[in-house]
Formats: sequence, C-alpha cells, structure tokens
Amino acid sequence: MDTPTLIQLLVPVALLVSAYFIGSAIEKKHYRALRTREHASRRFITVTFPYEPRDEEIVASTLVTGSVVISVDYFKRFLAGLRMLFGGRIKSYEPLLDRARREAIMRMKEDARAGGYHAISNVRLETSRIASSSGNNKGTAAVEILAFGTGLKLARRAPAAP
Amino acid sequence: MILSNTENIPGKTIQEFYGVVTGSTVRAKHIGRDIMAGFKNIVGGELKGYTELLNEARQEAIERMEAQAKSVGANAVVNVRFTTSSVAQGAAELFAYGTAVKVE
Repeated sequence: MDTPTLIQLLVPVALLVSAYFIGSAIEKKHYRALRTREHASRRFITVTFPYEPRDEEIVASTLVTGSVVISVDYFKRFLAGLRMLFGGRIKSYEPLLDRARREAIMRMKEDARAGGYHAISNVRLETSRIASSSGNNKGTAAVEILAFGTGLKLARRAPAAP
Repeated sequence: MILSNTENIPGKTIQEFYGVVTGSTVRAKHIGRDIMAGFKNIVGGELKGYTELLNEARQEAIERMEAQAKSVGANAVVNVRFTTSSVAQGAAELFAYGTAVKVE
C-alpha cells in the first residue's frame, strides 16, 4: 500500500476515534453539570400552562427565553449513517437533543432568575434546523432549541382587612 | 412594553386590542464563525457563536415587534410566538409575532 492511500484511510479513522473520545467526554461533563444545575433549581416553578398562584399575587411579568445551537459529532454522524441503511432508532442522536433541550430550559430559568422573577408560566419549546452553509450534507448541520415562557414576579398577598 | 406568551398579562386586565404585530430579521452566518463551527462539528456539542448570533437576531426581531406595537398605541404584546426558518444557504429568518394590546 502506498503512502497517499494510507493517509486517505488513516485520516477518517483518526477523526472518528478522536471525535468519539472528545465527544463522549464533553457529553459526560455536560450531563454532570446539567444534573447539579437542575437539582439546584428544582424549586423554581416552571410550568407549561398559564400559572395562577393561590396565595400570592403577580406583580410583574416579562418574556424570558433560553436557546442553544448544537451540532452532532463526527462519530455520531457516522453511526447514524450506518443506521440509515436499516432504519430504526438512532440512539446516538437522542442524548444530544435531550442535552440541548435541558440546557435551553436551564438558560431560560437562569434568565428569569437573573431578572428577579420567581416562576415561569406557559413554557414552550421550539426546534428548528439551521441550514448548512455548503450545498452538500457535509456542511455544518445544526439544530437550534428555543425555550420561552412568561416570567412572573410574585408577592405575598396583603391579608384581607378584618 | 410588557411581553408575554400567555393570553393576557398576568395580574392586569386588557382594555383594548390592536391586532397582530410582527417583527422579523434575516441573518447570514459570519464566515469566521462558520469556520469555528466547522471545527466544532467534528467533536459535536454547542456552537456558541451560532447561539449568540441567533440570540442577537431574535432580540432584534422582538425590538421591531415592540416598535410596531408602540406605533399603534399599545403598551403590551400578548401571546408572543417565535418561528425560525432557513430561507437560503447559511441564512435564517427569525420571526416574532403577537397581539398588541393596551393594559391598565
């Protein structure tokens, strides 16, 4: 085997191996960070319907958003490419979208908390594909996840006059 | 200007409706950001440059919607929705719309 073909063979393999290790390290780190952040904010009221507090009154509200753009790593794209021969569930893509959604929701919560809001009502999630810049499918394929809702500032209701 | 994605502004009552207001912006990707994204595409994960770009663009769409709402005399926009669509290679449209209202 001459050198050029060896290089042609080695480069994709090296890319695959490094993408696998770096990609899964990033994924593990992100999941760890997500778990601690989600645990810390578990008391923060975040609901997907118009929230009506029972004992408190709403004193202010605003639109809060959180978004994230993510892309798939080389190794996962390769796995998905294999999977597309047979069809079925693409397991390698699922954690990616899961991470992105949870990250977007966390950012929305952080946005609300930074503005001094106590709850988020009517949360909606949206997913959109961002076009690749090169014509073929090898360009940057990215997905944007947007989470948005109405942040509410709550205050204890003044006790009714006797 | 108060924005909300619920049907009314929580804790306030709507006095007047002014109809649909919209705001949109079309953004192309920056070459430098695209090259960085190309690298990032190998290892996967978040493309921070794009997240920022789309956030800025969405903010601008919201500002345009607010400006339109102000011009018709509204002081709030309810039921705000967003859509993102890729109109051409490397360009995306960010669109925000809602109902302009006057609250007390």
